[in-house]
Amino acid sequence: MWSYVFKRLLHMIPLLLGVSLLTFLLMSLAPGDYFTALSQNPQISQETIIHLKTQFHLDQPWYVQYFYWFKSVLHGDFGYSMAYKIPATSLIVQRLWNTFLLSFLALIIAWGIAIPLGIWAAVKKDSWIDRACSLIAFVGLSVPDVLLSLLALWFAAATGWFPVGGAQSALYDFMSPAQQFWDRAHHLILPAIVLAASDLAGIMRRMRSCLLDTLRAEYVTAARARGLGEGWVIYKHALRNAINPLLTIFGYSLAALLSGAFIVENIMAWPGLGRLTMEAFFAKDSYLVVDCVVMATGLLVIGNFIADLLLAWSDPRIRLK
Amino acid sequence: MNEIATIQNPTAEQPLSPWQLFWRRLKQRRIAMVGGVILVVLYLVALFAGFVAPYSYDRQDRDRFFHPPTCPRLSGFRLVIPRYEQLPGTFVYRAVLNDTKPIHFFVHGDKYKLFGLVPATIHLFGTGDENHPVYLLGTDQFGRDVLSRLLYGSQISLSIGVIGILLSFTFGMIIGGISGYFSGWTDTIIMRLCELIMSIPALYLIISLRATFPPGMSSSQVYAMIIIILSFIGWASMARVIRGMTLSLREQQYVLAARALGQTHLKVIVRHILPNTFSYVIVAATLSVPYYILGEVVLSFLGVGIQEPNASWGNMLTAAQNTEYLRNYPWLLAPGAAIFVTVLAFNFLGDGLRDAADTKS
Amino acid sequence: MNLLEIKNLKMDFGAGPEALRAVDGVSLTIGTGETVCLVGESGCGKTVTALSIARLVPTPPANYVGGEILLNGRDVLKMSNGELRDIRGGVVSYVFQEPGASLNPVFRVGNQIKESLKLHKPEKATNEEVIRLLKLVGIPAPESRIKNYPFELSGGMQQRVMIAMALASEPKLLVADEPTTALDVTIQAQILELLHDLKQRLGMAILLITHNLGIVGDMADRVAVMYAGQIVELSPAKELLRRPLHPYTKALMNAVPKLAGGANRLSAIPGNVPRIGNFPPGCRFAPRCPIAKSECSEKIPELVEIEPGCFVRCPFWKGK
Repeated sequence: MWSYVFKRLLHMIPLLLGVSLLTFLLMSLAPGDYFTALSQNPQISQETIIHLKTQFHLDQPWYVQYFYWFKSVLHGDFGYSMAYKIPATSLIVQRLWNTFLLSFLALIIAWGIAIPLGIWAAVKKDSWIDRACSLIAFVGLSVPDVLLSLLALWFAAATGWFPVGGAQSALYDFMSPAQQFWDRAHHLILPAIVLAASDLAGIMRRMRSCLLDTLRAEYVTAARARGLGEGWVIYKHALRNAINPLLTIFGYSLAALLSGAFIVENIMAWPGLGRLTMEAFFAKDSYLVVDCVVMATGLLVIGNFIADLLLAWSDPRIRLK
Repeated sequence: MNEIATIQNPTAEQPLSPWQLFWRRLKQRRIAMVGGVILVVLYLVALFAGFVAPYSYDRQDRDRFFHPPTCPRLSGFRLVIPRYEQLPGTFVYRAVLNDTKPIHFFVHGDKYKLFGLVPATIHLFGTGDENHPVYLLGTDQFGRDVLSRLLYGSQISLSIGVIGILLSFTFGMIIGGISGYFSGWTDTIIMRLCELIMSIPALYLIISLRATFPPGMSSSQVYAMIIIILSFIGWASMARVIRGMTLSLREQQYVLAARALGQTHLKVIVRHILPNTFSYVIVAATLSVPYYILGEVVLSFLGVGIQEPNASWGNMLTAAQNTEYLRNYPWLLAPGAAIFVTVLAFNFLGDGLRDAADTKS
Repeated sequence: MNLLEIKNLKMDFGAGPEALRAVDGVSLTIGTGETVCLVGESGCGKTVTALSIARLVPTPPANYVGGEILLNGRDVLKMSNGELRDIRGGVVSYVFQEPGASLNPVFRVGNQIKESLKLHKPEKATNEEVIRLLKLVGIPAPESRIKNYPFELSGGMQQRVMIAMALASEPKLLVADEPTTALDVTIQAQILELLHDLKQRLGMAILLITHNLGIVGDMADRVAVMYAGQIVELSPAKELLRRPLHPYTKALMNAVPKLAGGANRLSAIPGNVPRIGNFPPGCRFAPRCPIAKSECSEKIPELVEIEPGCFVRCPFWKGK
């Protein structure tokens, strides 16, 4: 098992390297950079611009730039954000934490609702509950994130129950720690629900079909034949096996959440990594864009890794071979 | 155990070819047929968008910003549209019920080019009177008819979906087939590349790719750019699956037979192996088109895709981001509903295709 | 009183006009300690009949439309869920065809056996008892085996584990549904020998379902032959092997390849077993029967007791 873990970890490193290289290459192909806009400003002299460019190695070919960037990343320094005028590291860490919070809460909401509903629908197959769940799932799968986010914004504005965007109120700094916690939670809940909603439908359908498949297996009949109660058969025997295929989509779920968070963050003004990426994009802050993309990829790869670990742990056939 | 599961159809029949069987099974899934019909209607309307739309997509009615949807009424046996008057100082309009004009069909209106080629002025419906407009979905913040823009936008959003899929899946199939067939270093390199591309969350990669293109491009350039970007994302996952299928398919006897007859590698891949993957590809394609459409929508929505004054469902929704507008003029969300219906239809159809192709159930 | 009495059992799949009859008036008794073989080709309804003894066929889609199944005098078809759980394992245990598929792949073998024990004999739910059971079924080094997962065992061992699990609750009747079909021939012999041995030691009744006439001789006291949802012959084993009555039984016996005798063509029964819902009118074997007469296709023959204990569903059993 540990060799499996080690091999996967070893695998991740060249992957992240490759991603950073690719993104860097793409950004270097971008016409113009941060200083193109600045050079239009008559108040800033050409010498200043040339000096700044040299300082950030922007006058060098892209592979040299990459080398400097990589060196500083190894030291934990993600460079300097030209647009925000603060070290990129602190900016990224803060936004990363926000995205993580959002995705994590959405993950809990989505799986926490979808799994019980899926089980319920499978156990009560063809009842009205099952059909209602199927319908909601189908519709839910089809509603685009964009529309859902806009509707959520409208809902927040119309009812006033939720704030419209942002992670904290204006008076945040003056609140007590308890109030601060609730304030942040209040801002987090609607984006998290929106993000969870798109994933929920797929997970529920998958849970239902996996459980139905498992219930048809011979060991389930054999378990019933031994006199085990129906509940015990479903929840102990069938479910344990039905969960395995779901662990693989746990990884994809994380990927979808991270991508989906991009949309939700930008529409509902949640200050996370996705929003930062767009801001950096518009400011032509290429280093920052690269940092963001690499970070997001890192999150995704780690998420897949955790999903693989979970799968290996839960299925003894993988673990022991 | 098997006896419980198998109940055979007792009537004896002529044997059907796999395609006929597939089509038969598909027709039985009513919900898939509904999806299919909706899609056919949507694409037909998109094709004839210039004709169906009462106005041009950039026609501004400066007297009627944020006009609500004009509600047709029945007067006798004719459909009529009342005139609306504006409450001064606001964007609120009230219908003047006595002052109505009938809706005519096949009226003359704004100039447009059918299929982008044939100049024409005949529209499906309208009043023929400039001061008595038909805004079935209201107008936007620039006084442009939402329905017309929706129809013109459907041309872009729907076509990008299909063209993007065709490109990326064709490319993915060929690469996947080559990779699985030849194995060795070719396979390893290609698969590593696919893994690389698939590791980056889709939207982040899209934005990075967008950055390599200059910001100011003509609309047809933007259109091509979006297709290129979306295809770049999509081919990798298809290549991986096709590669997996190829690995097992190439062990089949008929592949050996083809090689023994002197077929080239490429011919074997294209004529023998890839056709066996079609049932998977068709289902996957149908279920993936929504993601391509959404890719374009997100890009345009964020302002980096289709630009004004061209209409796309994405950039029409940008106005809806303003919560004041949303509350007072909810018809601005119409593109969202259109996207929803399209995605729903694709999902219905894709689900039905998947069930029809799955011979085990 | 007999341990098991199936009386005129009728079971359909589906309901209403599209119902397909899978079990059509099957009657069978099994006494304490008796071994009965239920023989027939796939699709004849023998598995469904056997599963019905503990009402293991899911309803829907199955539908019991007639008859009774008396286990120790009580009708299984009318039992409540609680009573069913008691008899499952407690009175009747099952061993299925594919041992790999009947064991839950994610739980250790020892734990799965202990689960059965906890349910029916909680005072014996210990590792020692599990080891004893594994020894009973002939598994070497049982102390280490209890920690294994099913995929770590060979097919023969998996089947032995299944038998151990079935025996854990000390049932009166063991229903074995083609327990050796999925195993190699040498292992088959071992498993059958094990069953024979256990039957003598524990005095339990066995209902052995098989399509292989070859094993009938060693194991069975009585044999019932099923075809298309009906019992067509029911006799003591030795009688049936010495003198098969029904044309179908005769054809089955002829189809078994023999080592002795000349090298003739293998005789197969022409045609196919009719599918549920596709039964011919009258005698269901008539289309394939070598001695069929025209009246055979008109009315389904009754199951008649021609000698004490020997039943046959064919008026022309004396012929050819």
